Amino acid sequence: MKRSLLAALCLLVVVRAAQAGVLPEDRADVLVHSYDGGGVTIQGPSLLVRKQFAQKFSVSANHYVDKVNSASIDVVTTASPYEEERTQNSVGLDYLHDRWMMNIGLTNSEENDYTAETFNFGISQDIFGDLTTVSLGYSLGNDTVGRRGDANFSEETERQNYRLGVSQILTKNLLLGVSFETITDEGFLNNPYRQVRYLDPTTPQGYSYEREMYPRTRSSDAASIRMRYYMPYRAALYAEYRKYGDTWDIGADTFEIGYTHPIDLGWTFEGKFRTYSQTHADFYSDLFPRSQYQNFLARDKELSTFASQTIRLGASYDMLRGGWKFVERGTVNVILDHMMFEYEDFRDLRVTGVPPGTEPFYTFDANVLQVFVSFWF
Amino acid sequence: MARTSSLLARSLVLACAVLAVGGCSIEPWVKPYERDHLADPIMSFDRDPVSSAYTGHVYEAREGARGATGGGGGGCGCN
Repeated sequence: MKRSLLAALCLLVVVRAAQAGVLPEDRADVLVHSYDGGGVTIQGPSLLVRKQFAQKFSVSANHYVDKVNSASIDVVTTASPYEEERTQNSVGLDYLHDRWMMNIGLTNSEENDYTAETFNFGISQDIFGDLTTVSLGYSLGNDTVGRRGDANFSEETERQNYRLGVSQILTKNLLLGVSFETITDEGFLNNPYRQVRYLDPTTPQGYSYEREMYPRTRSSDAASIRMRYYMPYRAALYAEYRKYGDTWDIGADTFEIGYTHPIDLGWTFEGKFRTYSQTHADFYSDLFPRSQYQNFLARDKELSTFASQTIRLGASYDMLRGGWKFVERGTVNVILDHMMFEYEDFRDLRVTGVPPGTEPFYTFDANVLQVFVSFWF
Repeated sequence: MARTSSLLARSLVLACAVLAVGGCSIEPWVKPYERDHLADPIMSFDRDPVSSAYTGHVYEAREGARGATGGGGGGCGCN
């Protein structure tokens, strides 16, 4: 708690890497996204508009929708496929004073069984001849969790984020960024529908299900370092590493490396490889020995031991390079991510007829497509 | 992870100290007129915020880890 107080006193985080001292550009983005993998499809738009005014302010607004159609491994083994929609709206205001940048933001997210409200505050400053940008930020989120078909169920969750970021110009071709973030949660943290399984010799398949139960607090720390290097020709090579750990005993490592290459005629191509691995929460098990085996129980595959890899290919075309009316320029962009997940202690229960705990481990691939246009004005 | 927490706390103190002395002048070893490469949009850590926010959401919803992604963040309420 001392750490949280210290962080609050220091007015924590919000990184706007290397951008303090200059307000963000006026631009509008219209994005359509599509996720397809593991029996789940999620689609929807995201609209983002940002505009400066009075030379010292920049206001932004974002409207985002997820239309979910889920027949995931959890759903097909313990429930029925479902559809739902999440709508998220955000507004933000940036204020520039000399080399200081301050920003505040509000976000609201609505689903039929989940409401989330988040407040953000951040401050950043350019120092040391504008070679260094230091950013501090704080977020406070309050969620209300419901359960479909149970009007009496209502739980609350509070989340606080404390962030610190430093962006550093190392050479005329090399940028370095470092970020730290502590997140604390308190309240109802599990999914109100998901279940765990336990050995039950009285059933034909040898196991039964019961509701999962998580601790009501969680605290996590993450630290990352990233670099971006301008090649001897016009292209950029970038890499990032993140180390993560939390009080649920989940530890994770993320590494990515990518390359951005513009060519004549207005095209920019991008390729990236990302790898992620984590260890399971200390109260996770694919199969508990008996009902109510311990105080806390989870069989959420996001809390299991697994690894994933992502390969990204992207292309961007610079259009309207001469401008058109009030539009200075525009781009059309396509990004495809292919994700591959391999679980090490989460089993595929669609396989039946074998002893409990000997089913094959679950794997799945997903394709994530983004198509968007951007206009600067 | 206690080590990381301690590191974060120390870093915050350091950041406050750095901000406090931010007004002090220092001779930049990369001059403003030498920063044309760094100003190229391909060198931005977050070239398309609408896309990076979505990508971050995709990962956060499927992974146990969270935070320190370099963006504004704020949480999506998607447990």
